[in-house]
Amino acid sequence: MADDIKLLSAQLAQDPHSLVFLRLGELLRQKRQFDLAQRVATNGLERHPHLADAHDLLARIQADRHDYEHAFDEWDMTLRIAPRHTGALKGLAFLYFKVGDLAQAESHLREAKKIDPDDPAVDQALAMVRGGAPAAERGSAEAVPVSAEVAEPIPEERVFAGLEGAQEGLLLLDAAGQVLGGALKSADGQDATQAVAAYLAGVSQEASRTAKLLGLGGWVGLSAEGPRGNVHLTPPTQDALLLVVRDRSVPMGRLAVIAQRAALIARRWLERQV
Amino acid sequence: MSANGYEAALHGVTGVRGVRGAMVVTGSDGLVVAESLMEGIKGTAVAALAASLAARLGRAMDAGGVGSGVFWHLQAERGALLVVPARSGMLIVAVAEPGVNAGLVRLELLRAAESVA
Repeated sequence: MADDIKLLSAQLAQDPHSLVFLRLGELLRQKRQFDLAQRVATNGLERHPHLADAHDLLARIQADRHDYEHAFDEWDMTLRIAPRHTGALKGLAFLYFKVGDLAQAESHLREAKKIDPDDPAVDQALAMVRGGAPAAERGSAEAVPVSAEVAEPIPEERVFAGLEGAQEGLLLLDAAGQVLGGALKSADGQDATQAVAAYLAGVSQEASRTAKLLGLGGWVGLSAEGPRGNVHLTPPTQDALLLVVRDRSVPMGRLAVIAQRAALIARRWLERQV
Repeated sequence: MSANGYEAALHGVTGVRGVRGAMVVTGSDGLVVAESLMEGIKGTAVAALAASLAARLGRAMDAGGVGSGVFWHLQAERGALLVVPARSGMLIVAVAEPGVNAGLVRLELLRAAESVA
């Protein structure tokens, strides 16, 4: 893949108007080099502003970066240019699924199926949206297979491999609320990972400011009791936040111990990523 | 309830050894309704941050399906902040030293929350 990237980069350098940027951007996206991929896609779009595939490429990159608002705009633009673009239909279905608008998600997928009835990804996504998918997959927006994070499970998500609750009660975030590892399910089994991550984005900063203002030094943990469960937050490093959620049968003290153990694993994992 | 009534509700909390102060704060905008703080604690700023932190955490807990927080405890190197929301939306906030009996503070905060509800 690296050789292909070099080759395509050379071709693009020789002919900046070439459509080779579509393949190059896609390869970079698959390698998760999102900054470069986005630059290639944006430059390509400047030269080919009415090319539906270029808008679709940019949307996929933005979706992989969790920049869903812009991804929506780009897929919307793709459909304005090419109303039968199945990539954009699947992409929009994915975004609607993510925000819980299952009716819109299904409607876009049905449209995609009319255009490309043999696409197995559409069938799989439809089954998911209609609740017909296997239980292990149900509730995960990422299971709608339209972006790299779906097609190629990222190894980073295995940060808590082997730990109890790794896929339902442990979540590692960066300072911007982006998920680094783990997953979270609500009491009814629905995937709550992205929503919780988004709300927690500013908590670390706020906790830090509060502790400093009170002259309490750095914050080391934040535990909370809810009517249906207990949570514990801790910063494994300055730029990361770890959330542990358990039902009320797990007392707060034990939850703190579980969190400390998970934080140690997360810290080691984060150090390996540098 | 009068300001005196709110202050009275805080007596049980501030009576716990290791508690440096307590406040009643509006949850929506972080305004101080009543306070009983040791000198040096910036009540208004702490109230605003506590309310903001409680709101963020509450939204995350709701999204995670565990429901709105009934008690939360921020632990720091040199102390702690403990909060219980009352039914009225007020927050009862305690600032404490590191070795405080958090369980006892929690009970007093819950009692205070009941009396201001």
